[in-house]
Amino acid sequence: MEKFSTHTGIGVPLRQSNVDTDQIIPAVYLKRITRTGFEDALFSSWRKNPEFILNQEPFSRGSVLVAGADFGTGSSREHAVWALKDYGFKAVLSSRFADIFRGNSGKQGLVAAELAQDDIELIWKVLENAPGTEVTVDLESKLVTADTVVVPFHVDDYTRWRLLEGLDDIGLTLRNEPDITAFEATRPAIKPTTLPAKVQLSQA
Amino acid sequence: MSESTTPHAVENTAVESAAAQAAEHVSKVAPRRAAKTLAEKVWRDHVVRQGEGVGDAAQPDLLYIDLHLIHEVTSPQAFEGLRLAGRPLRRPDLTIATEDHNTPTLAINKPIADLTSRTQIQTLRNNCAEFGVRLHSLGDAEQGIVHVVGPQLGLTQPGMTVVCGDSHTSTHGAVGALAFGIGTSEVEHVMATQTLPLKPFRTMAINVEGTLRPGVSSKDIILAIIAKIGTGGGQGYVLEYRGSAIRALSMDARMTICNMSIEAGARAGMIAPDETTFAYLKGRPHAPVGEEWDAAVEYWKSLTTEDDAEFDTEVFLDANTLEPFVTWGTNPGQGVSLSGSVPFPEDFGDENAKAAAERALAYMDLEAGTPMKEIRVNTVFLGSCTNSRIEDLRAAADIIRGREKDPNIRMMVVPGSARVRLEAEAEGLDKVFLDFGAEWRFAGCSMCLGMNPDQLEPGERCASTSNRNFEGRQGKGGRTHLVSPVVAAATAVRGTLSSPSDLESALTVA
Repeated sequence: MEKFSTHTGIGVPLRQSNVDTDQIIPAVYLKRITRTGFEDALFSSWRKNPEFILNQEPFSRGSVLVAGADFGTGSSREHAVWALKDYGFKAVLSSRFADIFRGNSGKQGLVAAELAQDDIELIWKVLENAPGTEVTVDLESKLVTADTVVVPFHVDDYTRWRLLEGLDDIGLTLRNEPDITAFEATRPAIKPTTLPAKVQLSQA
Repeated sequence: MSESTTPHAVENTAVESAAAQAAEHVSKVAPRRAAKTLAEKVWRDHVVRQGEGVGDAAQPDLLYIDLHLIHEVTSPQAFEGLRLAGRPLRRPDLTIATEDHNTPTLAINKPIADLTSRTQIQTLRNNCAEFGVRLHSLGDAEQGIVHVVGPQLGLTQPGMTVVCGDSHTSTHGAVGALAFGIGTSEVEHVMATQTLPLKPFRTMAINVEGTLRPGVSSKDIILAIIAKIGTGGGQGYVLEYRGSAIRALSMDARMTICNMSIEAGARAGMIAPDETTFAYLKGRPHAPVGEEWDAAVEYWKSLTTEDDAEFDTEVFLDANTLEPFVTWGTNPGQGVSLSGSVPFPEDFGDENAKAAAERALAYMDLEAGTPMKEIRVNTVFLGSCTNSRIEDLRAAADIIRGREKDPNIRMMVVPGSARVRLEAEAEGLDKVFLDFGAEWRFAGCSMCLGMNPDQLEPGERCASTSNRNFEGRQGKGGRTHLVSPVVAAATAVRGTLSSPSDLESALTVA
């Protein structure tokens, strides 16, 4: 994973709450087996509307999405994070994120920065009054800056550390491989296993 | 792990050296409050390594995963990740795959017409063969929606940790498992390590007391809860559904409730195992037998939440006064009683909720104040991991048996698994649906998310037993009202959103 310390880019005000993952990327795009190339899929339904914010200049070149509460609700699809990243977003700001979306972001180097709703409103006003205003998301200081607005954001320490260091979760976990092996040795025999299959893998 | 009640058998030297390491590690971790709730007990019994530090600075615990469920959509990139890193899949014997999201529900013996879908299914087959994962493919008697298949095989049991790259993994919490959805990076992580680094969830009790009236079901309970606490209300929590109304529910009905925990923002929802759970599990292919059964039941009984346990939050719902519930908007929290009306945006105090309501009404093409029962629908979908089990099909069949379908309604019935379909056919339910004029399909996720050809047309309105009424979820421009199976059935008879009690002598027929 790429390291993230600070990012500055055009802020995109998305004045909408409950932006679910079906809006971020509709299911039809989930048929792909690749991990990249989802930029066309991002908000694909909304992008058909010329009025949609990402169809407006200079927002189409935005890299910091400033959204309403409960961003990323719904499905667990990590494709939502891939699509945001592939489009060029480096950070999403919201007053509340769905748990799975937030987790997925942290694994992929997209900063899901939690701000107070009042601060989101302030940034929306800045971005709407002066389209093209750049927003800085500083992970070191945990501060967001948009013109004269400088406000704190929350991201948990562990995720922040991993993002700053660009650390791969699997590699970190495998450092504790002896613990896993030891735990496995103590697992009760009554727990089920999928193999051998106790049903016939037959044709219906 | 020392306070675990699981019957442990420590027996090799690798464990002893690890124990020395663990002792050193223990001095750096913060003490936890004693595990007293169901969720805390299951968590406790799976901690491979407790995270160091406290509060915001705490590192996650490393949690062992007992069962990993896989399907075609969220796994290909994870398998590819393993391949690129040269890592094996650690525990194929704790992993199982099925094909569900993309699969057709018609002509399943023919090659899948959509080339991208076909490639994705073929990729799952190739990956499972390469990594030694058991797969139930289209055509297999055990194929079906992953959350229907797991419990049905007896693979999801009380006290287990269960994950899947699908947010409705919460379904398995109905048997008393800690089960939650994960993203593809986490899928790869579980494949490689059989663990996940996670911070403990907070606990929320959802107390539902009383007796449900006829025609009211577990779907109405969960829709009412989501409307009450909102789509973000459960965020960061594991929900435990408790109370007399929950205890009285069958396993299929409990699964419907736990399934939609994620729609309230909670990754997991659980119900303490009891005699209903044990009766459901007994005799299933992967349930323990003989002495192991007895040992398992003893352990399972120890998992219930203790009387003096404290939850971080508690919510109460009265089952006695609950009515059939239905959504009017574009998120599952936008619901009302079926006897109510489409709300006025100005009734929402919060500006953002008001804006969301306005937007939802525009998308749904609804006028505020319209009685819900006057809303005419085009399609009725009975299916999805929420409501496609045998009891759901029976309940709907009981409503429509001997009745006529509204001629303008298209009704699609999609059993949750090939096994459910076979069971339903053995009972003659297929004939009830076909005589009524409904379509009787093969198993899969189908119109719940419209990844296969089962989709709504733009502007089409659907009464759906599924879990999400998001914009375009069931097809671009489609409009979804979430309902229970019996409301879906009654709606198919009348053509407008209807409760079973709206059908003349409905309850005596049922």
